[in-house]
Amino acid sequence: MAEPHQVPVLVIGGGPAGMAAARAARRGGRRVVLVEASDDLGGQYWRHLPAERPAAREDLLHHGWHWFRRMRDDLLRDPGCDVVLGGHVWSVDRRDGRPPLVHVLVGAPDGAGRLPRAYEPTALVLATGAHERTLPFPGWDLPGVFTAGAAQALAKGERIAVGRRVLVAGSGPFLLPVASSLVRTGALVAGVLEAAGPGQLARGWGSRPWRLLAAQAKAGELAGYVRDLAAYRIPYRTAAAVVAAHGTDRVEAVTVARLTPDWRPVPGSERRIVVDAVCAGHGFVPRTELAIAAGCALRADGSVRVDDGQRSSVPGVLIAGELTGIGGVDLAVAEGLVAGSVAAGRTPPPAAVRGRAVFREFAARLAAAHAIRPGWQSWVDDRTVVCRCEDVTAGELRSVAALTGSRGLRSLKLTTRAALGLCQGRTCGRSMEEILGPAGLLDAGRTAHRPLAIPLRLGELAASTVVGEDVR
Amino acid sequence: MSAHLRVLVVGAGIVGAAVARVLARAGCDVVVVDRGATAGGTSASGEGNILVSDKGPGPELRLTRQTLAAWGRVREELRDELPAGFPGLEFDRKGGLVVATTPAGADNLLTFARTQRAAGVRAETVDAVRAHELEPDLTRDLTAAVFYPEDAQVQPVIATEALLAAARRHGARVRQRVEVTGPLLAGGRLTGVRSTAGDLPADAVVVAAGPWSAGVAERLGVTLPVRPRRGTVLVTSRMPARVRHKVYDADYVGSVGSGSADLQVSSVVESTAAGTVLIGSSRERRGFDDRIEARVLAALAAKALLLFPFLADVQVMRAYGGFRPYVPDHLPIIGADPRLPGLWHATGHEGAGIGLSLATADLLHDLLLAPDSADPLAAEFRPDRPGLASGQPGRNEQPPDQPRTTPASRDRPAPARERPGPAPEWPGTAPDRPGTAPERPGTAPERPGLEREWPGHRPPEGAA
Amino acid sequence: MPPPDGPFRPADDPIRPAPAGTVRIEVAGEPVQGVAGQTIAGILLAGGRLAWRRSRTGRPRGVFCGIGVCFDCLVVVNGLRDVRACQRRAADGDRVEFQEDDRG
Repeated sequence: MAEPHQVPVLVIGGGPAGMAAARAARRGGRRVVLVEASDDLGGQYWRHLPAERPAAREDLLHHGWHWFRRMRDDLLRDPGCDVVLGGHVWSVDRRDGRPPLVHVLVGAPDGAGRLPRAYEPTALVLATGAHERTLPFPGWDLPGVFTAGAAQALAKGERIAVGRRVLVAGSGPFLLPVASSLVRTGALVAGVLEAAGPGQLARGWGSRPWRLLAAQAKAGELAGYVRDLAAYRIPYRTAAAVVAAHGTDRVEAVTVARLTPDWRPVPGSERRIVVDAVCAGHGFVPRTELAIAAGCALRADGSVRVDDGQRSSVPGVLIAGELTGIGGVDLAVAEGLVAGSVAAGRTPPPAAVRGRAVFREFAARLAAAHAIRPGWQSWVDDRTVVCRCEDVTAGELRSVAALTGSRGLRSLKLTTRAALGLCQGRTCGRSMEEILGPAGLLDAGRTAHRPLAIPLRLGELAASTVVGEDVR
Repeated sequence: MSAHLRVLVVGAGIVGAAVARVLARAGCDVVVVDRGATAGGTSASGEGNILVSDKGPGPELRLTRQTLAAWGRVREELRDELPAGFPGLEFDRKGGLVVATTPAGADNLLTFARTQRAAGVRAETVDAVRAHELEPDLTRDLTAAVFYPEDAQVQPVIATEALLAAARRHGARVRQRVEVTGPLLAGGRLTGVRSTAGDLPADAVVVAAGPWSAGVAERLGVTLPVRPRRGTVLVTSRMPARVRHKVYDADYVGSVGSGSADLQVSSVVESTAAGTVLIGSSRERRGFDDRIEARVLAALAAKALLLFPFLADVQVMRAYGGFRPYVPDHLPIIGADPRLPGLWHATGHEGAGIGLSLATADLLHDLLLAPDSADPLAAEFRPDRPGLASGQPGRNEQPPDQPRTTPASRDRPAPARERPGPAPEWPGTAPDRPGTAPERPGTAPERPGLEREWPGHRPPEGAA
Repeated sequence: MPPPDGPFRPADDPIRPAPAGTVRIEVAGEPVQGVAGQTIAGILLAGGRLAWRRSRTGRPRGVFCGIGVCFDCLVVVNGLRDVRACQRRAADGDRVEFQEDDRG
């Protein structure tokens, strides 16, 4: 319950963008506090084994591993950089025209009695990354169906394969490294299914495939994944999707189907495949709740709007990484370097600015090539769960929306109970909004608003702040 | 006045919904308009309280008695009016337990309960043993407790939507994203409104816009001393039920009745049918500033722990806030506006709107359609009552065009979300400034020639 | 290709892990041993459990997202409810119980 810590540069998020921002701000001569919820740096991209489990060739599971290790060690050793691990930002108090007050609990995830801390930053860099979006399909809530990211987290962080015979499906280039991690974790990958069809992929990536861009590193990375597909004889199919999972207590088989260009299953193309796990991911959703709570303006696609200095619409608040648009690690690092430099009042390094431009191009093509198309709703039937926390089905969503006629997500959440569970709409929010789209939602995007960024114990909340004399 | 009256209800919250239903049932041609979505304002920001426990003797208590009876009747009627599959209202006459934890608090509580009993409220003083039978997890540090078996709970958004659905069943139309921009006048009489959807003629316009009623009224040419009073609620994760009734600390009553702008927090804790626990309640006068502040949440948590220590380990997963419509003499404003024939009000319920919605609607129905048989109680709520003169002199101080959503969401286009597109804006694009309210369409309201000024109303510049 | 036979053992692991210590916890009253540094979810999955909770309408749930955003994998740890198993590293002596009673 102490006074807030004044901080020149506060970085929230210790993944690639946050680490780069902290590094650049330090180079710019400012003291930095870097807050990361997990117990080590790296974010999702460099999710790795804990210190208790060293391995000689952990680099085989990662790209840029050595760069990461150097950066991490530098930051942890740097006396001018205070790395707060186990730092969970639970809320920010919006302030007009300047960065918000940031409220943190330090301790174990979902602990009780964690240490409260408040920060008053002169400059705030938000680098909170993204989480996966998985489109619902019948049976997707069976045990054994995971997100693609779960497969990565378990493979890289625990050396556990989610199953022995795994199907990877969804959309986006992220499916490829997931398959590669799985085969290095003792699993057989029955296939990788990309929902986008050849036309969408070709138009999205453009007539100059990105191997011809300055993004040489990306080309090498892709080649590695393609090699794995060949070496492990993993079928890769486009315009294909898992449209149902089957089993009683766990997934035992899936139905896969070919898709039309707008992602509708082609009747008669369904085939049943025996698997014991499915990893499904259809792109990423930026974790914008802190940016929204701080007052930052968003773009129509839900990402945070920034200028060429990574500045958001709130003076003193900068944004880097997936928050500005899903673009992968290279773009995240470039943006982090720019944001950290600007936060320290310095000119961003030209190489970072150039890199950002190149990888921004990559990100734009990625978005076009793998954008979700509306036909997915036709593989969702009335009994398909959409909100997993509250078990609200697509049929319930549609019928309650029709019965009330409301055009407001605020009302629709409260009449359907969707997005009201512990995950507060992270998993279902976008799908729920798209299913309800025909209502003509007046408060679209509302499911991303979360004044409490994480759950916390009431005792911790009570102890967290100085309750002023003006409270009676 | 005949039925087939055309009535325009401004505000699709619970009060507007209740009014629309009652008038549509009576044969009026009802249109409800809301500048946003249904149940998008205060009705979605509270806990769904239907309370008698916080009412001292007076007109509001009498209105509450009527409303409690109305809830029983209307729930029955809704069973026939609502289509199959409509979500249940989660109505629960669970009773309320008010608990004091200090000697002074005990004195105040017991004195207050005596006055309530004298006015016919069932207020049962209970000893510590009985209090812990009612609530086994209640703090041991209580000094007095009173149980009010009549207190009830309802899911407020479902109730609002249910009343609207019933209204539609009787022919009412509900139009969302329609904003009142000015009056339609003929010979000093209000004959409808100008709106973003064009001119909407009506024989009677009912302002039921909660804390935004002052803004609507202003556009129609009158002032209304309704101001926002901020409230915040915490929601826990689902758990096995350990709180069986509504439980409040005795401060709750004092805080409702006060006029202070400073943050006041008193504890209200209850379970919901969904298995969560709701924790309120804060009161602050800060205009329409909708930011959520940690210090307010911390105060809510701290006070709740005084009542139920076991909550310390429970996860809070959500916090939401809203604005109560606050009137200086703490009574709702119901009835015809004498300054502008054709204009009616049904607003100002400050934290009691969910419960009082039904009785308000019944009262308004009588005043509009059967004035000779209207309950004399209605006079206590009339817009030109002397009690409203005790508010601040001068114009209603908040400007009508307050943004009511956070700056971030204001920046986004309102219609259905687009697919994620290619390259977002890039270098050189000036960032948008948050908090910029979008252009309000519509013309400035035509000022009517007002013959009798409302206390506190100053004529607008350049009025005829 | 047929699925791999037998569990994935450290000896098979291409990243050549060093021998790791153990952690001893209790799961639903039974003693369970895990690898030092594993999360509770890791221990449960390695033990063959895919589900340990029920959703609001009784559907089985375990790990879904693995990164702490979906809140499916909740367990009770040392009496504390609503702990995400995928985020919490196991400590010696932890008592893990299954959270079966949060249905509405």
